[in-house]
Amino acid sequence: MGATILVLAECRDGAFKRSTHEAVGAARRIADDDGGSVVAVALGARATAAAAGLGAYGADRVLCCDDESLDLYQGQAYAATLAAAAERESALLVLVPASALGKDVAARLAARLDAASACDLTEISWSPDGGLKGVRPVYSGKALATVSVPAGVRTVATLRPNVFPAPAADASREATTETLECPLDTSALRVRTVRVELPEEQELDVAEASIVVSGGRGLKEAANFSLVRDLAAALGGAVGASRAVVDEGWIPHKHQVGQTGKVVSPQLYIACGISGAIQHLAGMSSSGTIVAINKDPEASIFKVATYGIVGDLFEVVPALTQAVKDHTSS
Amino acid sequence: MKFLVCIKHVPDTETKVAVHADGKRLDPQAVSKWGASPYDEYALEQALLFRDAAGEGEVVAVCAGPQTCQTTLRTMFATGADRAILVEHDGLESAESLTRAKALAAVVAREQPDMVLLGKYGVGTDEGTTGPMLAELLDWPHVAAISSLDLDGSSFAARRAVEGAVEIHEGSLPAVFTCDKGLNEPRLPSLRGIMQSKKKPIETLAPGDLGLDDPSTTEPKLRWDAFALPPGRPEGRVIEGDPETAAKELVRLLHVEAKVL
Repeated sequence: MGATILVLAECRDGAFKRSTHEAVGAARRIADDDGGSVVAVALGARATAAAAGLGAYGADRVLCCDDESLDLYQGQAYAATLAAAAERESALLVLVPASALGKDVAARLAARLDAASACDLTEISWSPDGGLKGVRPVYSGKALATVSVPAGVRTVATLRPNVFPAPAADASREATTETLECPLDTSALRVRTVRVELPEEQELDVAEASIVVSGGRGLKEAANFSLVRDLAAALGGAVGASRAVVDEGWIPHKHQVGQTGKVVSPQLYIACGISGAIQHLAGMSSSGTIVAINKDPEASIFKVATYGIVGDLFEVVPALTQAVKDHTSS
Repeated sequence: MKFLVCIKHVPDTETKVAVHADGKRLDPQAVSKWGASPYDEYALEQALLFRDAAGEGEVVAVCAGPQTCQTTLRTMFATGADRAILVEHDGLESAESLTRAKALAAVVAREQPDMVLLGKYGVGTDEGTTGPMLAELLDWPHVAAISSLDLDGSSFAARRAVEGAVEIHEGSLPAVFTCDKGLNEPRLPSLRGIMQSKKKPIETLAPGDLGLDDPSTTEPKLRWDAFALPPGRPEGRVIEGDPETAAKELVRLLHVEAKVL
C-alpha cells in the first residue's frame, strides 16, 4: 500500500506548463517505487477541460477546482484548496513545480499543513526506511545539501524546473477527474491578483529557457547588448546578464543570472564578456553545456566552460550569430 | 503606521563556501563576513520610505538568531530603524523556515504591526518561504517578491515579476510583503546614524518569552544529512582559429557533440 502523492498542476493559457509535466512525471516515478498513486490538482475555469490530459504524463486522478475566480493566482485560496485536497486524500507528499507561483503557494501550504518543506529539489526518492530523500542546491548552487524527512511526516516539496525529465505523453493513459471545492469564500480574499501584464514584446524568461545567452561588462556599453540579443534570437533563447551590468542599469534585473538574480540550468548557456565572479558562477554552473567567449584567457568563466573561445566578443559573437543562422537554414 | 522588518543574518554573497567537519553544513569558521541578506535591505528601505513620507510611524527591525546578530541589527539602527528586537537563540538562525516563521509570528502578535516586510529570500538557503509561511500562520494576505508597493490608507497595490509577466495584486493591510531588487534604492547607513546606533538598546527576547518551544529540543521536520560542494565540471576545450572559423567549429560541436542545436 503506497503513499498518495499530490501534484499541483499549473495552467497557463489553458495548457499545463512543462514544469507541471515534469512534476507529474517525477511523482509517477516515485509512486511506482512503492505502489502509490498520483493525484493532480488543477484550479481555474478550464481545469476539468485540460485535466484528463495529465493522465498521459502519469496522473491517476485529477481533482479539479473549476472556479473562474482562480484563473489568476490567488495565494490564500490556492493554499487552502491544496490543503483540503491533501487532507481528503491523506497525501503524504505534495509536489509543486518551483515556479514563481509554485514556490509561493508551497510555502503557505506547508505552514497550513504544519508540514516539512523541501525547496527546489533536483533529486527526490523514497528512502529505505520509508522517509523521503532529496538533493537541493544551496548558496545558489555553490553547494548541494542532501536532505531527508522521517517516515510518516507530511512534506511539501518544490521541484526545480528543467531538471526532472518530462515523460513522453502516453495517450493510452487517461486520468479520471473529480470535483474539488475551494474551502474559502473567494469573493472575500484580502488580497487578489487583479491582472497580469504581459510585456509588449514577449520575452523568454531566463529561468525557463532551454538556451540562455548572457552578456557582461565586456560589452562595454548598454547599446552593445544588441549583439547578445541577436545571438539569443538566432538560437531561440533568452537573454541573461551579469550582476555588474544590471547594477550599471544596462538591462533590467529580471535578466540577472547569479546569486542575487536567477539561478538557471538551461541545456546551453553562452557567456559573452563575463569574467565569472563566484556569485555569477553559482547561478549558472549547473547548465548542461557552457560556452564562454572572453578576451582574457585567465577569466574564471573558462573553468566551468565546456567550450571556450578566447577572443574579442565584438568579432566572435556576430560570427557566431551568423554561423547559427547558417546552421539553422541548412 | 508600524512596520516590522525581518532581517536574516547570512554569510556575504562573495563567501567561498566550505564544508564543516561534520559534513552536514556550511563551515561558519570559513565565513569572513556576515550581514543582512541583500534583499532585506529593500525591505528596510521600503519601511523607511513609508515612515518618512507619512512623517510618523515606527520601523522595528527583528532578527532571530544568535547574539552575533546584534551587529546586523546595529546596522539597521544606523540606517534608520527606530527599534530593534533580537529573538536570541543559537538554534534559530539555521532552523527550518517554519520554525523561524513561528518565532516571527510570535513577535508580530506582540508588536501588532500594520505591515511586515522581509527580503524575497535569505541568501544561502535560498528558499523564500518564511514570508508566505508567516502570513499563513497569521491568516494575513501576502505578496512575495514585490517590485513596487503603493499605499492608499490601508489599501495597497503591489507588482511582482513572474515568468515573463508581471502580476498586479491589490489588497488591504495588515499584510506581509517580501521584497525584490528594484523595489527601491536602499540608502547607506549615515555617519550620525552609526554613532547613535551604538547607544540604542536592542530588545532581546528568549524563545520562552514569546511562548515558543526551545528550538534546541525541537526535532526538525527536514534534516540536512550531507552538505557537499557540487561535482566539478569536466575539463573544457578551447576552440582556436579566427572568429569565423572558431564560430563555425563551435556550432558544429554544439550540434554533433553536445547535441544542443
